[in-house]
Amino acid sequence: MHQAPASTGSPVGRPGAALRRIFARGAGPAERRTEWMLRTLAAGVLVVIAGMAITVFSKAWPSFAHNGLAWFGGGGDVDTQLREMINGPKDPAHYVYQFKAWPLIWATILTSGLAVVLGMVVSIFAAVFIVEFAPAQVRRAIDPVIRLLAGVPSVVYGLVGILAIAPWVEHNLISTGRKRSVEYVVQLTGANLSVAILILTVMIVPIMVAIVVSALETVPASWTEGSAALGVNRWRTTWRVSLRTARPAIVAAAVLATARALGESIMLSMVSGSRGFSPNPLDGVTFFFEPVRPLAATIIDYIDSITVVPVEQTLYAMAAVLLVSCALLSLAGWAAKQPVKRYGIRA
Amino acid sequence: MASAQQALAASATPARPPTAAVRPGRGRDSVKAWPVVDRIAFGLCWAVGIGLCLVTAAIVLFMAVKGVAYLKPSLLIEHPSPSQDQAGSGGFLDPIEGTLLLTAVGIAIAAPVGVGLAIWMSEYQRPAWLARAVESGVEMISGAPSVLLAMFGLVLFARPALAFLSQTSAGGSVYGKSFLTAGAMMSLIALPLVVASTREALLQVPAHVREASYALGKTKATTIRKVLLPSVRPSIASGVTLGIGRIVGDTAIVVILLGATIRTEGAGGAPVLSVLRGTGGTLTSYVRYNSPAGEGNAHEKAYAAAFVLLLMVLGLNLLVMRFSSGEATGKLGRMRMGKPGRMRVVGILPWTR
Repeated sequence: MHQAPASTGSPVGRPGAALRRIFARGAGPAERRTEWMLRTLAAGVLVVIAGMAITVFSKAWPSFAHNGLAWFGGGGDVDTQLREMINGPKDPAHYVYQFKAWPLIWATILTSGLAVVLGMVVSIFAAVFIVEFAPAQVRRAIDPVIRLLAGVPSVVYGLVGILAIAPWVEHNLISTGRKRSVEYVVQLTGANLSVAILILTVMIVPIMVAIVVSALETVPASWTEGSAALGVNRWRTTWRVSLRTARPAIVAAAVLATARALGESIMLSMVSGSRGFSPNPLDGVTFFFEPVRPLAATIIDYIDSITVVPVEQTLYAMAAVLLVSCALLSLAGWAAKQPVKRYGIRA
Repeated sequence: MASAQQALAASATPARPPTAAVRPGRGRDSVKAWPVVDRIAFGLCWAVGIGLCLVTAAIVLFMAVKGVAYLKPSLLIEHPSPSQDQAGSGGFLDPIEGTLLLTAVGIAIAAPVGVGLAIWMSEYQRPAWLARAVESGVEMISGAPSVLLAMFGLVLFARPALAFLSQTSAGGSVYGKSFLTAGAMMSLIALPLVVASTREALLQVPAHVREASYALGKTKATTIRKVLLPSVRPSIASGVTLGIGRIVGDTAIVVILLGATIRTEGAGGAPVLSVLRGTGGTLTSYVRYNSPAGEGNAHEKAYAAAFVLLLMVLGLNLLVMRFSSGEATGKLGRMRMGKPGRMRVVGILPWTR
């Protein structure tokens, strides 16, 4: 990443404060009109964004109001509850709102959380490789690779997952005995938690690599040189000096990747097994082969039933949960990035 | 017996001097001299780096093999039709048209709005609180899932006041699904990319370039139009291309806000407007429809369409790289800061601050 010019008073960027004052006073009507138009545009975009939050919440409110905090709790089968809503009475006075979203929330936490943890390890090593160890030719080749990996549409990942990886997992990793051991509770197929996590990891790694690489590159050279001059080898210098300096950027990378993972809907609706089941970690290895369905994937799966009012409101409630999570993550990302700015490192 | 002899021989030969790792006079620190843990970490770095390349290569090769096997030229020019029989379900001309149309609508909104926002945020940013709010707002939509934007669009465009953008059913309720409405929401996912890329470039233009223009008596508006915009053109192009890539690859908005029908279905009489106000599908929704998760369930068609999609993304990627190299060598390029050859996060992330 390019070095950031400081926000004000720097030689690069924009004219100094004095110059700006002169221009503000001496601006002609055409000048004012340009600025006014651009400002209106900016305000307009802001209004659209604010409108989004308000709309989603007002649509979601009945679902939350009827269920209270139990909305976030567990109990019953999510899919059955949604089916009852779809087949429920059409009379507004008798709408069925019963909904307990915990399996979906748990699935979201599991897929995003585990993918981010896995992705973090992979991306830190990959970033160190790119910045420190890769020969120039390999480095030149890896940049477009990361870019491409970030650009592949999620539906293509989903297709590869459901047509190539899932059948392989089903035939080679899930034994008949394992299937039979849980067949009264849940049907094990190739589309399951482990495949979802694996593909999600591949999808979020490029983002994390890009952020960590840009942070590592902006670590002041004198710091690493100082470490090297003391006889510390390259790996330890990277580990102890560079990565430690870039720690806030790593947190920011994790936060952004989590936001991406939370919002991934299409790929997850294809490969996660699409069943509102909450896997139990106590099941051991079977846990990883149980089907899940995160919130975003549920919205996509039930979008055809959105004409039914309670379903619509429940789906908006899920969207509201996603919105709040993303807003919180965005805030956390901003907070995480503050310490790096001190060193002039941008994440 | 043999191993015992070897052990004896090993102990007989003098061990490497312990000072080998820190022997003075050797400029480079050799990996061979590192402690075992560091060497393992070094190996892991290589393994992960090469592994990433292999995964990408595997995905591209897999799609290429399947795509070449199933992609027939006739698929590109035939209209699709809903049929359980793979032979009778036609090609994917409509989804290709849908992708192009939706991208055109989306970018037609995102490009001017994005560039305008970027200019305002880097050149005017008055009042300051609005600038901060807009910055966080754009950052928020860049992190917002597209499924969320689509859900919002569904409510927004179902308002009677916006009925002209889509169709109105016999009962008087507004459908809200059309190329125009989906394109409007698509523009939101492309917007942060355009803004970030343009703004980043504007910040790199040295202040003395602006001051020189002011010194010649040019107004701020003229400076922006005649000096700043031409100098950041490659960055705008790469931002727009990245935005196109995002729009082409998105599925959630298509499924929710475009109807994801397999044929483009017009609404009303006017020739162009009817298509824009009508529903349709794109390559992404076609792939989903033909995957085992959809109703069509025709794997061969799904692979072929996904291959076309991947080719589009590859092409866009190449374009971005072309534009990025233009940024380094173009007008004012030499004045920019930053080393050439660095990985640019702007390309991968919508927002970099």
